[in-house]
Amino acid sequence: MKRLITLLILLFPLTLQAAIDTYEFRDEETRKRFLVLTAELRCPKCQNQNLADSNSPIAEDLRGEVYRMLEKGESDTDIIDFMVVRYGEFVLYRPRLSSETYLLWYGPAALVVIGVVVVLLVTRRRRKNTGQVVESESSSGLDEAEQQRLKRLLDQDSDK
Amino acid sequence: MRRVLLFIPLVIFFALGVFLWRGLQLDPTHLPSALIDRPMPAFQLPSLYDESRQLSEVDLKGKPALLNVWATWCPSCKQEHAQLNRIKDAGYTVYGVNYKDERGKAKEWLRKYDDPYSLNVFDQAGTLGIDLGVYGAPETYVLDSQGVIRYKHVGVVDEKVWQQLRSIMDGLETGTDIQAGAQ
Repeated sequence: MKRLITLLILLFPLTLQAAIDTYEFRDEETRKRFLVLTAELRCPKCQNQNLADSNSPIAEDLRGEVYRMLEKGESDTDIIDFMVVRYGEFVLYRPRLSSETYLLWYGPAALVVIGVVVVLLVTRRRRKNTGQVVESESSSGLDEAEQQRLKRLLDQDSDK
Repeated sequence: MRRVLLFIPLVIFFALGVFLWRGLQLDPTHLPSALIDRPMPAFQLPSLYDESRQLSEVDLKGKPALLNVWATWCPSCKQEHAQLNRIKDAGYTVYGVNYKDERGKAKEWLRKYDDPYSLNVFDQAGTLGIDLGVYGAPETYVLDSQGVIRYKHVGVVDEKVWQQLRSIMDGLETGTDIQAGAQ
């Protein structure tokens, strides 16, 4: 009995096969292009998966469409345009450069530049001020009465 | 003046906070349709009832209409079917695209629940679906009399959605063109 159960358990995973469709490509290069395209195009239904990963029927259809277009000899841009016309810019995992995506593409670089400028300004100002800072350290900016009060407080502390 | 500068990070924090908070309210499954204000894609597909009768985008022109993409395997389609029947009864034109379905099952469905569609396109392979950018049935499009797509709704058409669709259709009919925009 135990053996039978073990056997059943071992056999069970074999029934859970993923739906992998088989495509015959005319050459290795087309196959690679197919893999790149399906990895970069997003499945419209299951939004956090690309066409290659998704098992949803729409992704299956779109994979078929990509394959069909590749076999017809259409270029990568043709295929991407085909998808964008139907499903919008959304299907691109790598958004195109347009006025809407400038912030996305250049934002990080702009932030780095701003950061560097701020750091430079701060360090330069500090370097300029060092001389003054050393000088002014003796006079802490307190007037006579405050100085005495401070001294009293410090002395009080050391009494303990 | 110096002190004011110290508040900059706080201001940035609040601006970002408001931005991200608004992002939380957005529905990520809601895609703006790429086909708004474009003509209905060309197609050549058989009628659901009559295999030999070919339908094309030209048949959908003439008056403002709804184009409903549905299938018998789609539970939400059943949910909205009664509403579609009411829309038809109110005198509006509804076209149906039976999407990736079986002819027999689809015909049986329309016999059982009533047929609100004045034309039934049978898109077994889903080619028209791909051209329309369908990613999940049911989807409903508003077409104007020139066959231009004016609006797209993904999901069930209920009374609330219908009020919205109707105001767009009425606008088209009277000629006061309401810009539907991208949802």
